[in-house]
Amino acid sequence: MKKMNHPAWFLTPYWILFTLFIVVPTIMAILLSFTYFNTIEAPEVIGVRNYIELITMDTVFMQNVVPNTLKFALIVGLFGYVLAFLLAWLLAQIPKGPRTILAIIFYSPSLTMGVALASMWKIIFSGDANGYLNSLLLNAGIILEPIQWLQSPEYLMKIMIVVSLWSSMGVGFLAMLSGMLNIDPTLYEAAYVDGIRNKGQEIIHIIIPQMKPQMLFGAIMSVVGTFSSGAIGVALSGSNPTPQNAGQLIVNHIDDYGFGRYLMGYAAAISVTLLLLVYVISKVTQKLLATKED
Amino acid sequence: MASFFGTKINPRDHHRSQIKFYLILIPLAVLMVLPILFIFNHAFKPQNELFAFPPRFFVREPTLDNFIELGRVASQGSIPLSRYILNSLLVTVTGVLLTIIITGLAAYALAKLRFRGKKLLFEINTIALMFVSSAVAITRYLVISKLGLVDSFLVHILPNIAMPVSVFLFKQFMDQTPDELIDAGKVDGASEMQILYHIVRPIIKPAISTVAIMSFLNYWADSATSFTYINNESKRTLAFFLTSITSQANVVAGQGMAAASSLILFLPALIFFIFSQSKVMDTMAHAGIK
Repeated sequence: MKKMNHPAWFLTPYWILFTLFIVVPTIMAILLSFTYFNTIEAPEVIGVRNYIELITMDTVFMQNVVPNTLKFALIVGLFGYVLAFLLAWLLAQIPKGPRTILAIIFYSPSLTMGVALASMWKIIFSGDANGYLNSLLLNAGIILEPIQWLQSPEYLMKIMIVVSLWSSMGVGFLAMLSGMLNIDPTLYEAAYVDGIRNKGQEIIHIIIPQMKPQMLFGAIMSVVGTFSSGAIGVALSGSNPTPQNAGQLIVNHIDDYGFGRYLMGYAAAISVTLLLLVYVISKVTQKLLATKED
Repeated sequence: MASFFGTKINPRDHHRSQIKFYLILIPLAVLMVLPILFIFNHAFKPQNELFAFPPRFFVREPTLDNFIELGRVASQGSIPLSRYILNSLLVTVTGVLLTIIITGLAAYALAKLRFRGKKLLFEINTIALMFVSSAVAITRYLVISKLGLVDSFLVHILPNIAMPVSVFLFKQFMDQTPDELIDAGKVDGASEMQILYHIVRPIIKPAISTVAIMSFLNYWADSATSFTYINNESKRTLAFFLTSITSQANVVAGQGMAAASSLILFLPALIFFIFSQSKVMDTMAHAGIK
């Protein structure tokens, strides 16, 4: 039998699927974004009109979707990332046994993948007096009337943020914890000889520079995770658009225009905007982390 | 000396100075674990406890009623619950295996084989880590329908195999395998495939567990594929069935079933992770981007 040593044997299956399901859809989205396409007639090229409309005429996009997305990304992404780092650091300070148990507890919510368990959150945040949160707050005398948590524009975003933060200690968190634990212990001894005095200095002079690769990986996972978990608002409120667009994120806006109104060209322009946004934010994060070392 | 090691990072022993860390960690852990405990308790509550007023967090008299009810509701439809379960098992097992094999092969080439454009391919894959698949759901739909994959079992499996993070983790881990071992294999006349299987595979077991669990999540809890691409009810999966009966308007009335469904979707992943967590941690040590 001929030895299948040629790299093509190894590479072809993956790169075919990669091309079909990642590259082609992305390129198609870019091309479609310059057209008017309602899925019935053939796409009609209209240049950058979709983008102009998106920025100048789509009031929901500019007034709700973009601010919502930025707020959501900043709190869930950035705060979640810092929280993951701090939790990893705290866990690194205790012995292995309790650390493993606590790490499993922190990681396990990310296994629920937010959306899959939306029905659980609906029960907890149920709007009648029998809902778990309402009943708790009513009994404690904090509120007098049950609150329509998931239908109220005031609370929906906050609940989305809480639920997403809860499930955000994913692989990025594990990577940072693992990276921290694998730092050569002699580095600490040497650094103390060189004059660092406390754990704060340990973080700045040893931990961050040593685990930068894991921190970069964690940052990308966190940015992508944040933008992917956007569907949560629709899952919680049960409608797209969400009540008064309070929980509307870019991902929902794409679905609303693409699958809801069949304006595929326009939806594609939003998709491209989202992919660019994720790319730019990831790159900026990498730059920020990279300069810290110098 | 013991007390010295007890105050360092990654300590071996317990020490009084660690109490302050527990004071922050334990309340946070309690907060994180509450929703999960809630699912466990809720899933086993009998009707009268589900609707007790005031609602109670912990179950008093656990029953399997909610799971039986799920089966009953399924049997009212045209498709028995067992069919959804079988579909899910088939999709998940095939999907996870194929993901491990196909991304593992690609990663081996990127880590150990010599060819032109290797760096570029790895770069492309690393950029694809930032890919948000839901952003291109629409064009992906167009591709899949052009390929004639609508209503085919393959549509459950194929798209999720293109998993850049899996190639990335495998490649980073394989980089740690010493070239001497591989060269020794070549001297013995082994082909690259044999080297990958007999020499590299045992060394990268932790990475295999990690990819397995991540890819498991992609398949087991995927209800969107059934919803978007499958019209033939008998080819839909358990995750779809569970989310569709529990996402109906009156979730409060069906909350026992909702909790039971959540548990079915979540528990396998949790058990899987608990057993493989040390391997996952091992993989993550090499998960850095340089």
